[in-house]
This record gives sequence, structure tokens and C-alpha cells, in this order.
Amino acid sequence: MKTYPFIIELLQIAILLGVSPALTGWVRMMKCWTQGRTSPGLLQPYRDIMKLFSKDVVLADNASWIFRFTPYLVFGTAVLAGGVIPMLSIDLPIASTADVIVIVALFAIARFFTALAGMDIGTAFGGMGSSREMTIASLAEPAMLMAIFTVSLASKSTSLSQMVHVIYSGHSLFRPSLAFAMIAFVLIALAETGRIPVDNPATHLELTMIHEAMILEYSGRHLALIEWAGMMKLFLFASLGIATFAPWGIASAGDIGFVPASFLIMMLKLGAAGAGLVLIETGLAKMRIFRLTEFLGSAFLLATLGMLSFFILE
Amino acid sequence: MNINIASQINSFLAALVLLTAFGMLVQRRMYGLVHLFAWQGLFLSLNTAIVGFVADRHHLYISSVLTLTLKVILLPYILHVLIQRLKVHKEVETVVNIPMTMLIGIALVIFSYHLMAPVRELSTLVTRSTLAVALATVMIGLLMMITRKHAVTQIIGFLAMENGLFFAATSATYGMPLVVELGVALDILIAAFIFGIFFFHIHTTFDSLDVEKMARLKEED
Repeated sequence: MKTYPFIIELLQIAILLGVSPALTGWVRMMKCWTQGRTSPGLLQPYRDIMKLFSKDVVLADNASWIFRFTPYLVFGTAVLAGGVIPMLSIDLPIASTADVIVIVALFAIARFFTALAGMDIGTAFGGMGSSREMTIASLAEPAMLMAIFTVSLASKSTSLSQMVHVIYSGHSLFRPSLAFAMIAFVLIALAETGRIPVDNPATHLELTMIHEAMILEYSGRHLALIEWAGMMKLFLFASLGIATFAPWGIASAGDIGFVPASFLIMMLKLGAAGAGLVLIETGLAKMRIFRLTEFLGSAFLLATLGMLSFFILE
Repeated sequence: MNINIASQINSFLAALVLLTAFGMLVQRRMYGLVHLFAWQGLFLSLNTAIVGFVADRHHLYISSVLTLTLKVILLPYILHVLIQRLKVHKEVETVVNIPMTMLIGIALVIFSYHLMAPVRELSTLVTRSTLAVALATVMIGLLMMITRKHAVTQIIGFLAMENGLFFAATSATYGMPLVVELGVALDILIAAFIFGIFFFHIHTTFDSLDVEKMARLKEED
């Protein structure tokens, strides 16, 4: 049993924890630039998290264990997902036991508990946020699985490492199924990470907030964990997209000398993904919540078309 | 450029044609529809040129250029002018239940795949796999004509159907004979003018292009 896959595993989790606030900071910074504002800098999310960790937790009297347990669970699932998605190398020990369906399930568990915590303390906003979040989830999850299954069909495996390997070494240049799946994935990622056409991450306006409404009652280290997990979720979705649709630059099995280079390539790709996200967010307005069925319906349509075009055209 | 890459590009363009067909199915705005129609024409024209190159059929180049001038430039221009003259460019059509329409569209794609599967087994052409997409484009155009109420949208649905038929001819037999294609192109052009005249008549008589209102026979009731 070689030890270096475990080192890569630990390295990946360290990168996930360390770099994810910077990615969020990068997105916020560029968003400030596009709107002609002065940005608080790349490191502001780190300062926010540090400040929140140093503050006391204020708990509602009727908060149950679910409310206190949820931040740790959300944080834990995000870290675990970071061990499964190939970011640096496809040599991941956890990846052989957990495939892409497990990742979707991990996100689902985190969402389920966040929704429960939102309802737990009994404020109106929490319940409203939970109800909206579950509405979106029920539409986004099938589309997400459909998009992932399209890639699985093309690579004949649900293991992410295997998918990366096959798409990496695949010689077909234009695959309509993957193109469709990618557009669908982008739409779903916007919904899942709560970005602009679906949810505005910067608002606390009661009529429009979805994710913020659920975590409104959190404070101190609980809030820090949840915010950090949110940043990790953005990072994870970006890496998942990169791993499934643009895996060039991820080190193949046994190629340990390539890992530093693959780290640099990953940083470049994440920067580009952040820039793309800012372009989408600046170009679009937030949708009415009742229009979201159409938005996520078209994501499902694209994913299904991807799957069909795999059978029809390839 | 070898045959393999060309056939991949061909499949990719076929996928884009299908995507624009679905886009038209759910698009609410008039100008958006016209633009999508022009894009579909462009993908179709590129596809025809590539098929012509692969199969070494030079008359397909002519049909490609014909598609480009007619369906990418001329017809969208005529529709543009019509929409502007009739002052319907601000109208946002109420489409009934878009997710449902999308699901029916997906069902149509599966149906045409099923229908074309035996043909695909028999055919030896490079383009055999795009035949199902072509049939699906025809059916989605038909679905669009059924589900929409606005006269202009119905015409765009009809033209999208014609696109699908042209695509089917290209992928099934490397295109129809040039004489037939020229005839069809002329027909489409004449049809566009006739549609234009009829739109004006409908508009002056009923004050609207909503075909629902044409079902009413009496002036007042």
C-alpha cells in the first residue's frame, strides 16, 4: 500500500479548506469591479470567518440539538466531498469507495439538515427559507443526477476518478452529450450554490432570500462554520465541473511529480470559473421564484437531451 | 480533415439544431424567436456544407449557400420587418405550461429515435445518426404550431418544420436533387410574402394576431 495517495488526499482537503474563502473573495472582488465599487480585497472572507469564530454563540431558548449539530454536519460533509472529487490527482483512496452519487447524497444530507435547522427555532423566516430551498432542491437534484449520468454513460463508470481518466484520454473532440451536460451542470450549479438567477448570496431582504433565510438565526462559530461550508460548496461545485468537463491538467495515477503543476492549473481554472460566474451574475437579474421551475426545467431538459444525444449521435 | 472528425462536427451541429428547436419551443419573445430561427438556419447551412465536403457532393454547397441567404438573412429580415410594421415586437406571448411542453418535446425526441433506429441500422451514410434529430426537429416544429396562439409564432414553427425536413433530406440521402431544392426554396420565399400579406389582413380585420380570436364568427355577442 503506497502512502502518497493519502498525502494527496490530505493535501486536497487542506487546499479545500484554505483556498475556498479566497475563491469566494475573488468572485466578490471581481463583482465589485464590474459594478464600479471598491472591493474589500481577496482576504476579506478569511477576516469574516476569523471574526465570527471569536464571537460568542447566541442560541434561541427552544433550539434543539438539530440546530446545534447542523453546522458541524454541513462542514463535515463539505470536507468529505473534498476528498472524493479529484482536484490534483485521480489517485484518491476515498474516491474508490465513494462515487459521484455519494457526492450528490452528501450535498443532499447537508441541505436536509440545514432545512431542518431553519425550521427548528420556529421563526417565520427559517420556515420560509427551508420551504423554498426544498422546492429548488426537488427540481435541481434530478437534473443534477441526469447531467452526471450523461457523463457516466460516456465514461462507463460513476466513479469520478474513472470519469476523469476516460475523458482525459478520450480522443473524441466534439461530444454533443458532454456539451449539453455541461450547460445543464452550470445551470444546476448556479441553483445549488445559491448564485444570482436563483438566489442572491448578498441579500438579507426578506422577500428574496432563500439560503440566508434558513441560517438567519445562527451566530458565532456556528455561523462561521456554515459560511465556510458555503464557500467550500462553491469551490466544490467549481472543482466538480472542472473534473467532469475540463479535466485537462489533473495528474494521472502515479504521476506524483505533476502534482505542483496540476495545482497551478487548478488555480488558473478556478480563477476562470470565478470570472465566468461573475459574468453570469452581472449579466442576469434574480428570477422570480415561480420562474425557477422553468429555469431548472430547462436544466433537466438539457441534461436529458445530453443523454439522448449520447444514444442518438455517438 | 478526416471523415471521423467531420462526422463528429456533423453530430455536434445536429445537436445544436435540436437545441435551437427546443429554444424556439420555449421562447416567449418575438425577436428572440426570429434570432433562434436564424441560428438554426446557420447551423443547418454549416452542416450541409460539411456533409457536402465529406460525401463529395458539390451540389450540397449550393444548397448550403441557398440556406444561408434564405434562412439566415432573408427570412429573418422579412419577419423582422413584419414584426416591426405590425407593432407586435413588444408582445410577450403567454405560453401554456413550458415545463410540460418541454417534456412532450423530449418524448418526441425519444419517439423519433425509436422510429429511426431500424433505418439507422440499414443506412451506410456518414450522416445516418442525425436522421433521428432531423425527424425530432420536424415534430418539435409541429408541436410549436399546435401549442402557440400567435400567428407569427405559428409561421416560425412552420419554417422550423421546413428546416427539419431539409435536414432530414440531407442526412437520409445527401440532399434532394438541386432542382427540387431550388423549387422548395422559391416556395418558401413566396410563402413568406403571402404570410406577410395575410398577417396584415388578419391584423386589420381582428386587431390582433391571436388566432384564438378567429374562431369567433359574429362581430358582437
